[in-house]
Amino acid sequence: MPDDKRIAVLGAGMHPWGKWGRPFVEYGLAAARDALADAGLNWRDIQFVSGADTIRNGYPGFIAGATFAQALGWTGARVSSVYAACASGAAAIGNARAQILAGLCDVALVVGADTTPKGFFAPVGGGDRKDDPDWLRFHLMGATNPTYFALYARRRMDRFGATEEDFANVKVKNARHGLANPYARYRGEVTVDEVLASPMVADPLRLLEICATSDGGAALVLTSMEFARRHGGGAEPMVTINAVSTVTPTFPNTVIEMPNFSTDSAVAFSGDGDAGAGFRPSITGAAYAEAGIGPEDLDLAEVYDLSAALELDWYEDIGLCGEGEAEKLLRDGVTSLGGRVPVNPSGGLSCFGEAIPAQAIAQVCECVWQLRGAATGHQVEGARVAVTANQGLFGHGSSVLLAR
Amino acid sequence: MMPVRVPAVEGWFTLGDEGEPALLGSRCTSCGTYAFPAEKQFCRNPDCEGQEFETVELSRRGKIWSYTDARYQPPPPYVPADPYVPFCLAAVELATEKLVVMGQVVGGVTVADLAVGDEVELVIETLYAEDDTEFVVWKWRPLAFTEEG
Repeated sequence: MPDDKRIAVLGAGMHPWGKWGRPFVEYGLAAARDALADAGLNWRDIQFVSGADTIRNGYPGFIAGATFAQALGWTGARVSSVYAACASGAAAIGNARAQILAGLCDVALVVGADTTPKGFFAPVGGGDRKDDPDWLRFHLMGATNPTYFALYARRRMDRFGATEEDFANVKVKNARHGLANPYARYRGEVTVDEVLASPMVADPLRLLEICATSDGGAALVLTSMEFARRHGGGAEPMVTINAVSTVTPTFPNTVIEMPNFSTDSAVAFSGDGDAGAGFRPSITGAAYAEAGIGPEDLDLAEVYDLSAALELDWYEDIGLCGEGEAEKLLRDGVTSLGGRVPVNPSGGLSCFGEAIPAQAIAQVCECVWQLRGAATGHQVEGARVAVTANQGLFGHGSSVLLAR
Repeated sequence: MMPVRVPAVEGWFTLGDEGEPALLGSRCTSCGTYAFPAEKQFCRNPDCEGQEFETVELSRRGKIWSYTDARYQPPPPYVPADPYVPFCLAAVELATEKLVVMGQVVGGVTVADLAVGDEVELVIETLYAEDDTEFVVWKWRPLAFTEEG
């Protein structure tokens, strides 16, 4: 891939996920310092700071780029802060990448961190907001995030014969993957019986199959290829980002999505494409097209397992198998460590819980360590190509394609 | 005194005081694309520049696309019954409009009573009550539950 189409990842850093209850800035700062140290660079070397925002921590969260820049000490660096729900981290990476590829800067720092409340995510801000679909779906329907995950899960059972045991086995696999990951919040094996004995939350999804909300922070130091070669000293082999997909859905999006009350109407659709496929397949599709590769080239994937069942949807959406074949892929061990293309070798959201603006960045950190061969205890042997996949509320695609 | 029935959200559905209740959506007069809740500003079809919309009653019947329930009490601004009673939700395909609409399922129905593809119809039920006011909303009722009892 030509150097004017890719960028180098010189540094990756994370603060361990948990329910620490401390200011989010602290996690972002720790992750940023680790990423800078990993890159062998100083904070003063950073020309562009790209923050991924959090909307649950007051004004400093809305302008996260400046918040982290101030915490590291003002240096006059250019700054950007971006919010794209669960896709905020990918959007922040996308902004930094655009600056680098445009030749406007050589060295950028991407940071995202969050401190989360306990329990279901609820709408942010008080008062009656009858023009806000996110407020209205809670008020009028009591539809939480797991409601939507459960609709997809039930659909898989009905269309493809997925079973409760299949969903539980995704959890069992990811719990095993995360055992040796020092950044994971939950590190313990579970059995299928334990998963199936956990309380039902949104039928057919049980407590152990639904992603928790977590505190955490993640950061990356991204540079031009030319700078990376000149600077040297970074970890070997050098990992590059070859594509970033931040696509919106295409009309008509016929799959119901958070926080909506309805899908698009397909009455006026007369195109050649598949109006029934929904948004998710297009997300990595755009990344593959940009990088000039296909899913058959992948050695691993980090996907957004908001529920154990949703991970199976992603197998198909990122092209690992055809529709309805995900359960077989799982049962055959293809997506487990040691299999052909391990999915969520980090342990995924299952072991992390979600720290929204940090999560898409954390997915990339994991891929960087995997491609360097540095993922001790959960290494995908010989990994050369990795992809992340995620989707943010209100229509934000998020996929980053990495290679060494 | 009879409680007053008030829609929990204004302009999204009719109460069926004259005839049958229905969701109120919009239909683009240029390309025919429907939207719920109604769209007044722009057509969602990227190939349509239509800016005129008629308010239309959506189909009262549809087929279950998928369904689930809420075993734990949702956080505010949901106003739960006290004590909390779990309820089902369904996403329902409307054939004429070619879209899927969510909603709660009427009380007394559990997930064991539902299946993908089942036919349901729209009714108005209480969402929550305050003093003498009942705030009502649309809900889906399986056709198998249409008879009293």
